[in-house]
Amino acid sequence: MKALEGMRFKRTSSPMHRLDPRVKFVVSCAVFLLGVMFTELLPLIVLLTSQLFLVYFARVHKEWLQSLRGSLVLVAVIFLTNLIVGYASAGFRLTSNVLTYSVSMALRFVTLVASFSVFFLTTSPDDLGLALERSHFPYEFSFAFTTAVRFVPVLADEAQTIIDAQRSRGLEVEKGSFVKRIRNYLPILIPLIVNAIRRSLELAEAMESRAFGAKKHRTNLFVLKIKAADYIALAVVLVVLAVSIYIRLYVHIPVIAIPMF
Amino acid sequence: MAVPLIEINDLSYAYPGSNRQAVSRVDLTIDKGSFVTLTGPSGCGKTTLCRCLNGLIPHFYGGKIKGTITVSGLSVLDHTIGELAEHVGFIFQNPENQLFALSVERDVAFGPENLALPREEIRERVEWAMKVTGVEGLRERSPYELSGGQQQRVAIASVLAMKPEILVLDEPTSSLDPLAAQNLFQAISELNARLGLTIVLVEHRLDLLSTLTDRVIVMDNGQVRMDGSPVEVFNSMEAQLMGIGVPKIVRLYHELGFRAEKPPLSVKDFAQYLRGLRND
Amino acid sequence: MIRTENVYFTYPSGVSALQGVSVEIGDGEFVAIMGENGAGKTTLIKHFNGLLKPERGEVFVDGRNTKESSVAELSRDVGLVFQNADHQLFCETVEEEVSFGLRNFGFGDKVVKKRVDWALELLDLRRYQKRSPFMLSGGERKRVALASVLAWNPKVVVLDEPTTGQDHGQKERLSQFVRQLNAQGRTVILVTHDIEFVAECSPRVILMSRGRIIADGPAKEILTNSKLVTEASLIVPQITQLFMMLGDLGLPGDVIDIYEAKRLINDFVGG
Repeated sequence: MKALEGMRFKRTSSPMHRLDPRVKFVVSCAVFLLGVMFTELLPLIVLLTSQLFLVYFARVHKEWLQSLRGSLVLVAVIFLTNLIVGYASAGFRLTSNVLTYSVSMALRFVTLVASFSVFFLTTSPDDLGLALERSHFPYEFSFAFTTAVRFVPVLADEAQTIIDAQRSRGLEVEKGSFVKRIRNYLPILIPLIVNAIRRSLELAEAMESRAFGAKKHRTNLFVLKIKAADYIALAVVLVVLAVSIYIRLYVHIPVIAIPMF
Repeated sequence: MAVPLIEINDLSYAYPGSNRQAVSRVDLTIDKGSFVTLTGPSGCGKTTLCRCLNGLIPHFYGGKIKGTITVSGLSVLDHTIGELAEHVGFIFQNPENQLFALSVERDVAFGPENLALPREEIRERVEWAMKVTGVEGLRERSPYELSGGQQQRVAIASVLAMKPEILVLDEPTSSLDPLAAQNLFQAISELNARLGLTIVLVEHRLDLLSTLTDRVIVMDNGQVRMDGSPVEVFNSMEAQLMGIGVPKIVRLYHELGFRAEKPPLSVKDFAQYLRGLRND
Repeated sequence: MIRTENVYFTYPSGVSALQGVSVEIGDGEFVAIMGENGAGKTTLIKHFNGLLKPERGEVFVDGRNTKESSVAELSRDVGLVFQNADHQLFCETVEEEVSFGLRNFGFGDKVVKKRVDWALELLDLRRYQKRSPFMLSGGERKRVALASVLAWNPKVVVLDEPTTGQDHGQKERLSQFVRQLNAQGRTVILVTHDIEFVAECSPRVILMSRGRIIADGPAKEILTNSKLVTEASLIVPQITQLFMMLGDLGLPGDVIDIYEAKRLINDFVGG
């Protein structure tokens, strides 16, 4: 869960924050594409370091590091899986190739997490909702999204209260056999679900009472404006992508191999 | 001149799947600009009656409804909740579950946005509604960060932004502490006095309302049992027996068996009355 | 007997909820902990059954340090009834719901049946025995929650905001019930901001504000001190307000009971 904490929107002001969410999404996707295009160590290292610039620009270094730390487990899994498979297919020998490849895969994953982390850290859920709307998703969709985000802390508190209430009746969540422990979650899950349903009914009442769905096309008080900075960012992304494709196809990439010691 | 804004004729209603009449043959007229307090024991039908005012009953809840109910000239049975929303604003008991957006400003804009009003008008209404309820300073805050009292004010602002003539509030102070409750009632009273909003307030805490409301309606078992000024209702024998939250001051007055021309409703009135007695 | 020594507690979010709270509640006492929303009342009672452990300071329940006991162990003696019954109801029948705590504490079938019957009878829930708790009204669900805690007969019963959302009749019955529980020898602790309710029960009152105890004494003394009451974001009872206004005429200012008020006023007017 720590990884998710590192991805929660941070309310500061930065050049990254001010970019249109759709542009930021394109940037993240571009990073994803670049990560997939290259398996060689050198370009991946370059890609990861370029992320660091973005993070600095966005003034979210602390949270970003948190999200990376949270993903360490998965990174280790990816590294080891590739290592074992490579080891086996190389005739049960640990070669420099295998090691290098495994490191590359792990790096690719980290780069991916890093880029999407920056996206979520610098984009408020409200703007995300607006971006969804502008991208022709039905309003119900973005409304459901922002409302869900709005209620996450409320539901988290409620879950804690339910756990407290049941513990106060002698429920011991940590004790007992595996089967017993699963059953111990019923007294927590059932009130949680029942209350969530009750809450959504109350929300529906309140929404109707405020004319939700009354008119076919609602107005939006807030708008997303595409500014000069957005165009520049898009242009940069396109150039980088074009250059990368050229490199991929025609340029020989110097191989960095991890020495076997 | 008294202009009836809400007219209820022989209204009966049963929730779907239930044979019991939640509201039974109710006749009621509420004039424009009045501040009505609706009270009664749990399950008496007061919340059900309120839901009939903005169309939640029958349109959201279904069930069997009989009789007629007209609000701001519109027949509730023949208009959608969305249409009625521009005339009747509804504030619910739980402040948390009626605020959806991630900032106060967006929440207040929600209603007018749904009405597809032009952007400049929405902006105007949002500013006005926030100012009138005193929540401008909270504009960027997320509802999760606000106190219960603040949340209810924001809820009122978001409903006011739709410019209704009537405000219906269902036990809005249920989760608030006494001081916050008093402040909220004060705010509602000001909306009634300054903006001329007609108020229908469901409450148990009558001691804080006795001097603010001009009419008390007591329900029990789906029917209207008492209907009159606070003085009339609180001093009636029936109220004492029914176990509604008659203010302590009025109970004391009854215990003492006094017969004043104008029975006191507030602590101040009672104190003055006693001084008067002493001097006689 | 519950004792806290200079307890400090801060939530992970950074909110400092308790700032040096020291209090002692003896066996068989009847106490009301009052204060505005956010004063620290709920945080404090969560220390009584070990749900929260103090950051600084100690909490002792019957001589045991709560830091060395589990919530289950402490809950056996200190029963906490939470504000919202819907945060604990999950069983198919009221009977099962009321027996939940008993089963967790290891009671045998025979004892469970006896105690459940007793608790259902006590709270007038017999007719709902085999019914689903979710089908009951709000007030009835609150009674089920209360029954499920009383069933295991804890020495201390703590009620968190028991009067919220209750109508006048329900509050009267609750007031009598709570006094009955106390008369039977249990320690009863109420957390509430309902001044009129407390004025009627007249227990020992502990006033809290912003994480500290600002007053502790009999209801008559505390509820009539307008300075303290206002500091705790509460309102002085109506009867007290009346007598305060007539202070200049020689009437006492510390009246909270309606019958005492009646007597005093009769004398006052008669004379």
